[in-house]
Parts: sequence; structure tokens; C-alpha cells
Amino acid sequence: MAETGKPPESYTLRIRRFDPESGAAPYWAEHTIELEPHRSVLEGILQAKGRFDGSIGIRCSCKAAICGSCGVRINGQPGLACHTHIGRAKETSRDGVIEIEPMGNMPVIKDLIVDMDAVHWKKVQRVTPWLINKEPIPEREYLVDRESMVDVTQTMACIQCGACVSDCLSMEVDPLFIGPAALAKAYRFVGDPRDAQQYERLQDLAEDPHGIYDCTHCFKCIEACPKGVAPMNQIMRLRRRAGSDHHISDRNNGERHEAAFVTLVKDHGLLWEAELLPRSHGGNSWFGKFAPKAGLELADSLPVITKAMLRRKVTPMGALKPHKIPSADLKQVQDIYDTVHGRDERLELNLYITGYDEDEAGAQEPAAVAASGGGDGGQTAAEGGQPGMTPEDSPTR
Amino acid sequence: MPAHDVLILGACLAGQRAALAAADAGATVAILSKVHPVRSHSVAAAGGINAAINPADDWRSHAFDTVKGSDFLGDQDAIEVMCAEAPDEVLHLEHIGVTFHRNETGQMDLRAFGGASMKRTAYVADITGQAILHVLYEQLMKYHERVDRYEEWFTTSLLQDEEGNCTGCIARDIRTGQLEVFTAKNVILATGGAGQCFKPTTNGLICTGDGISMAYRIGAPLMDMEMIQYHPTTLVENGFLITEGARGEGAHLLNADGERFMEKYAPNKMELASRDVVSRAEQTEINEGRGVGPGGVGIYLDITVVPKKRTLEALREIVNIGKDFAGVDITKEPILIRPGQHYIMGGVKTDVNGATPIPGLYAAGEVACVSVHGGNRLGANSLLDTLIFGRRAGEHAAQRAAGISMPEATPLSRVREESAWIDSIIDRPKDGRRVSEIKDDLGTEMNRNVAVFREQDGLTHALETVRRLKEEAKTAYIDDRGTVFNQDVLGAIELGFMLDCAECTVMAALERKESRGAQYRTDFPERNDDEWLKHIDVSRNGDDTPHLSYSPVTITQWQPEERKY
Repeated sequence: MAETGKPPESYTLRIRRFDPESGAAPYWAEHTIELEPHRSVLEGILQAKGRFDGSIGIRCSCKAAICGSCGVRINGQPGLACHTHIGRAKETSRDGVIEIEPMGNMPVIKDLIVDMDAVHWKKVQRVTPWLINKEPIPEREYLVDRESMVDVTQTMACIQCGACVSDCLSMEVDPLFIGPAALAKAYRFVGDPRDAQQYERLQDLAEDPHGIYDCTHCFKCIEACPKGVAPMNQIMRLRRRAGSDHHISDRNNGERHEAAFVTLVKDHGLLWEAELLPRSHGGNSWFGKFAPKAGLELADSLPVITKAMLRRKVTPMGALKPHKIPSADLKQVQDIYDTVHGRDERLELNLYITGYDEDEAGAQEPAAVAASGGGDGGQTAAEGGQPGMTPEDSPTR
Repeated sequence: MPAHDVLILGACLAGQRAALAAADAGATVAILSKVHPVRSHSVAAAGGINAAINPADDWRSHAFDTVKGSDFLGDQDAIEVMCAEAPDEVLHLEHIGVTFHRNETGQMDLRAFGGASMKRTAYVADITGQAILHVLYEQLMKYHERVDRYEEWFTTSLLQDEEGNCTGCIARDIRTGQLEVFTAKNVILATGGAGQCFKPTTNGLICTGDGISMAYRIGAPLMDMEMIQYHPTTLVENGFLITEGARGEGAHLLNADGERFMEKYAPNKMELASRDVVSRAEQTEINEGRGVGPGGVGIYLDITVVPKKRTLEALREIVNIGKDFAGVDITKEPILIRPGQHYIMGGVKTDVNGATPIPGLYAAGEVACVSVHGGNRLGANSLLDTLIFGRRAGEHAAQRAAGISMPEATPLSRVREESAWIDSIIDRPKDGRRVSEIKDDLGTEMNRNVAVFREQDGLTHALETVRRLKEEAKTAYIDDRGTVFNQDVLGAIELGFMLDCAECTVMAALERKESRGAQYRTDFPERNDDEWLKHIDVSRNGDDTPHLSYSPVTITQWQPEERKY
């Protein structure tokens, strides 16, 4: 009962204000409130709103991290105001003042309220976000594998709060990127055995230049998600299904790029950068580099390569020859490949499938790596709310 | 000026289901909500949805459990409709994509729930409401050409023509502050409950009784308003809901002596007795000094008896809630809970098609009182209620629309009146009280005197307080002078809605001089079927005071009997 009975403390909030009707630029307003440390930042904001200034704009309803209304940035990190302890928010602040701003990547309407329709919901609508039933529809329920339902339930756990969209780095560069939340939504259908158009969905998302291969694996969305949906993991699952299962060779070179990446690391223990570009165009073989498009992209990239050479980041010999690592290390890398590829089934851990056994002994083991065959192997169990994590490690803290 | 066959106010489960059903029936449909549809409070329903889908089960058994749960105040014809149609509705949800948990044979799994005589609760981990709400919204996105969505529009008043028909509403676009008249042949209220009248409550900040009050203001009767459900397991720290699913999975309730005290109150069903019974038992333990935690204000909910793997898979949300908000690992130690306001059984009186006595006005979900929940709602019956009666209201309203013409447009003078009223709130001088203070006072008073245990003096005090607050609310001031997302002025309007609901609740609770379901009067501790086997209806008098009357309880097959769990 660690949390009960603590006395209220004083907290100062620095809230980003913007009044679209004033013609004035955004500004900061500070309010000091009193609250028990285990209360949420949202309760702090509501107290400020109730006691001092009712014009502070923030969407909120449930106060329990389920309605997804109160996505904001707290001390620069995206998350739900209702899901962030005010005491811990103070600890992570720069100067003892808790800084609250609207989410990023979406236009601000007023104060902490952003236009989710213009960005987030438009992208959700883009992924055909409804079940296209496998026919015939049974008289009773579809008989489906138990695990498959639990699997897609992870993406059902998404509350559409926009925290992942807020800090998606790819979206910052390419505003047309479908983005983490909508792609996680897409997996909810691709992974659903009742959906009739899994292949078509995958092809659509693979061929779209702003689709699944537009993600750069920065993990920001996983860190931001207050519900453990791990959107990037869902994007990687979409890729595995598109590439490894359906061999959809897309015009964005996504599938070939991943295959080349995986093979190069397997063969050399480290990435051989110079070989990656040609193979991404020409396929995963030494001859890939003769693909005409590879030449074009190489020519395109020459200024960058030259700059890197001048700065001695690469040398001509270094580019032509792969990196070398000690053979014992290489063996270890290859052992990982053997273990992952040697599995009969792809092991996909999930918010609900934790890999824990009933017995306590098993429960002490850290969650196994949720890597996959054929994927890029970058997927570890870095999901929010992972069992075994202390509350302090919880991503939105 | 938008005009539709069916206009739905509120985009909760009932509202979205009504919209889809009305569109399927060929009507032109608009759905209008003060929040984005997936923020609706249905999202918080955790545990599941009841339906006798197991071939060994029978909807009549479900119906009887519901009747008994209601303490025989539920209308049995309505309960029969709900329970008989439940399996098809749940299968429909499965077909449109709800990811119901499966058993090893791939069929939908069922979990135990309070007051049920067998396992009949279908579920999606402990996010069932969320899963269904989001899947219905998927369907609304699919229907984007057939259902007009007005998201973040706040309804301020219902419109009525001279014959008394409901002809639409006036609503404010929250983003621009613009008022608009929505003309409609039928209006379906799906605006949810009024939990914000209480503090604390498990309800979201949006649950301010808007629809109940707006219907009441144009003359629709309310029913069973005294029946307020206190959920047995809300977190002591901040009032968060801990799903009944926890007890469904086998969790125990323990008092300070480490005793499973439910043995004394409900020896057969133990922790899975109906909610009013469990909440009362807990409150009794706390009042008699056997509570736990600081000040002895709580009870232990011990989930450690549930296998850890099962907890992580099926009770994920509360693992997180425990960890994030109470600093407790529920797989290792008990968590401190107490009863907390959760649901209102009462609402706008409707028939089994969701129709209110006002032509053209329907209601479904928590805003409505059919009455299927009577004195006490069973866990996992609320989702069912919203969907069954949401669908029926949508279908019925679409049918009705086919036979009538579009009402004449409301004169603009009516909009100007509304606009002047809202402006007058914005312009109030700062010499009254703050809206937030009045709201806090209301919640505290209701939670003190209109809670698990009630008696004459407390209720009288509550009524005086509510009436005083109603006066104070007339001059309560706000800070925001703007038009874009002026949540402040909406808060003032919501406060008015809440005060209407609270007044009706207290009046009805004072009136019912017996103990039945959630209404437990310490001064009248027995159920009294001779005098009180009837609904209390509340209508508004011309002078803005509630007027009480009675209506009979419909009994079909189950005569009242002693209620024991």
C-alpha cells in the first residue's frame, strides 16, 4: 500500500497556452497546485483550471488512461496526462516545474488541444479500418485460434490517444507517412483470421511509399504508447507478413532492403553498408549491384558519399570490403540466427502473451526475445507495461 | 441546416449501434457527440457482456438472474427482450470484428460474473467496452457515406413543436462556438449517465446527465432515479474502477481480520453476489471497524489467488492500474478498494423500443430506463442493454421516419434565444461562485448522503444542498470568454444538467421508504413489496420542481421472492 495516505505537496505547472482568437503567439502560463504525489498530472491541470483559470483547454474524460483524450507532452515526452504521476513528472522536469505542451505532428487548435482529425483520424481512415469478412459468415462465431485473438487484442488495446503520432520521427520528415497508430490498426485486420483481404491489405501498405517501409525503427512510438500497444512492433509484424510470408516485393525496395540487411549481418556479423544499397535494388546477391536503379541511386548519393569520405567516415577500401569481427563473435551472431530460424513457429510475444509460465520460477525469467524468422531481428520485448518492470520503468513515467 | 430522419445524440455504444441500425434500415442518419466517439464512456466498461450463448445455458436463466439482480423492480417484459436477443447481438458483434477471447476449441470463452447462475460473460481481456466501442467506430468509418458524424458538438437543448413532438436539437460546434439547429424526425438520446453528480465516481468527466436533463426539461418522465449503483471494487487512491472480472476470475475480498467476510452476507455466491449486496457488505465491514488501510476506509481485494498467467492475460488493465496508480503488484499482494459510485439504473423512461412518451424522442443506454436493471444492474448487463436497446431504438426510429414528413425548420429566433442564453453565462460578473466549486460541493454531498446507506435526515440535507446549489449555479461564473473550445461555458451548462439529475435522484430516494436494490434506507431496512413494488416516475413541473408519480412494475413469469445470494 505504498501510495495511500501521503500528504499533498505543492507542484508548479508550466502550461503551453495558445488562444487562436487572440492573434497572439503561444505563451507559457504557470500555476501552483497542491496534490498528493501519486495523483496524475491531469488532476493537476484540472485543479489549475478549476481554481485559477477555467479557460485552459485540454480534452479529458475518464482520468483512467482508457478514453485516450488527454494526450499531451509532459517535460517533452508524449503521453497521457492522466497516466503520469505528478510526483514523478516533477522528478523528470528540467527545473522542478512540470512543463506541459500539446502533442506534436498535429496542428494546435487551442492550448493543449490538437487537431487529431486532420492527421491521426485521416490516417486511420486510410488503412480501410474495418473487418472485411471471410465468407461465408458462420451462423455462430468464427472458430479461430485462441492465440490469434489474443494477438490482435494487443492492437485493440490502442486507445487512439495520438501519443505515438506526436513523436513519430518519420512523420516529422514525411507528413504523409501513415504512421504508427494507423499501421497498428492495420495489423489488427491483417492479424485477424476472420479478415478476407489480408494479402491485399499487405500489398497496399507495402507498395505505398508512405507505408510500412517508411518507418525507421526509432522506437519512439513504443516509448510513447501508454497502453503497451508497441506500434513499431506491429509495423514490423506487417513487414514480416508482407515480406517473409507473402514475399511481396514492393516498389519501395522494402522487402529486398530487409532481406539484404539480414543476410549481410548474418554473413559478416556487422552491416556492410556499401553492399546494402545495391542489394536493396537488385536483390540479395552479389550481382544485385548491377541493377540499373542501384546505379542511379548510387549516382544520386555521390555527394553524400564524397562528404563522408572527406570527413573520413568511410574509406574506399572500407566500402569495398566488409567489416571484420573476431570469429568467435561472428559465431555468436550466427548462433542467434540459428536459434531464431530453427524454431518451428514464429514466436511473437505480446502484451497479453507474456511467455510467463504458471510457476513463479518461470516468472522470474526476463521475457524472451520476440524475434522472428526473416525479419530484421530488431524486435525485442520492449513493450510498455512489460511484466517485471518496476513502475519507475513504465514508459510514460 | 442539417435535417435527418434519425438524429442520434451521443456516440457511445448505444448511439453508435443505433446509428448503424437506423442506416441499415434505410434512414438518413446523423450522430452527434460532445466528444470524439471513441472517447465515450462506454470505453471504460471492462469485464464483458452477458449472453446465453452457451448451448447449455438458457436466456430465461439469464432473464431470471437479471430480475433477481434488479430486486424485482426490473420490468420483466423488457428483460425478456434483452436476454432473448442477447446471443444474436453478441454473435453480430463477433462477426463485425470484436476480438472476443476464445477457448481452446476456438469458440468464444465465457467468464463468471456477479449475480449470474452460470458463466455467460463474453469478454475481450478486460477491455471489452473499449473493444466493442472501437469496432463499432470502425463500422461507422465504413458507413462514412451513410452516417453523418458531428464529432465534438455539444447539444444545448432539445427542440419540440407545438404538438409536443421532438423535432431535433440545438447544438454548439465546440471548435468554432457556432450554434446550429439540427432538424430531425426522430431524436435518439444516447448521452450516458450522470455519475459526475458524485465525487468520487468511476465515471468520466463527460458523464453529466445531459440527455436526462434535456429530456426532463421538455417534459419526458424519468424513472428509477433513486437507484444509484456503487461498484464494490474501486481503488481507494483515486476511485478507479477495478473490474468485476477480477472476482469473476476468483479474487477474494478480505477485511482487517483477513477474513473472507462475504461468507456472512452471501454464503452461496460469496464475492460474486450482486453488486448492491457486495458493496453493502463492504461498507458494513468498514463502518464496523474492520476496514483496512490508512483510516480503515478500504477492503482488500486479493487477486493473488488467480494464476499469474491468467491475470496477465485476462486482467491486464488492472495489473497496470495497480502498478501505476497504487504502487501495487496485484499478482503479488492484495489491493485496497472500496465501494464507489459507478452507474445509474434510472433515466429517461422508455418502452422496449427505446421510445419515450414524447413522440419522436428515444433514449437508449445509461441515459434510458427501460427498466431492465430495476434496483440494481448486474455486471456485464450494461453493454448488453446499450446494444440491444440502441439497435431497437435505431430500427424503430427509422421505421417511424418512413411514415412522417420532415418537421418544419425551427425559427431562427429560437437559435438567437439559445445564443443569448449562452452569452449570458459567458458574461456573468465574477461575484458568484466558481462552477468548479459548486460541482465539488454537489459531488461531496451526494456521495455522503445519497450513497450505499441512506436515511431521512441525510437525504433531506442532500435535497436542501442541491436546491441551494441550483440557486448558486444561476450566478456561477466562468473565466473563458472565447468561442473556440470554450469548455468553461459548456461546464456551466453541464452543471445545470447535473443539478437536475441530482435533484430528481434525491427526491426519489426520499420518496422510496423501503430498501430495495441499491436503495438501502437504514430507517426502512426491509423490502416492502406491498407498498413499493412500483417505479417512481419524476416529471418536471412548470415551476422547475420535480413532480413524483408511480408506475407499475411489469411482471411476466417471476413473482417477487426473497432475494438471497
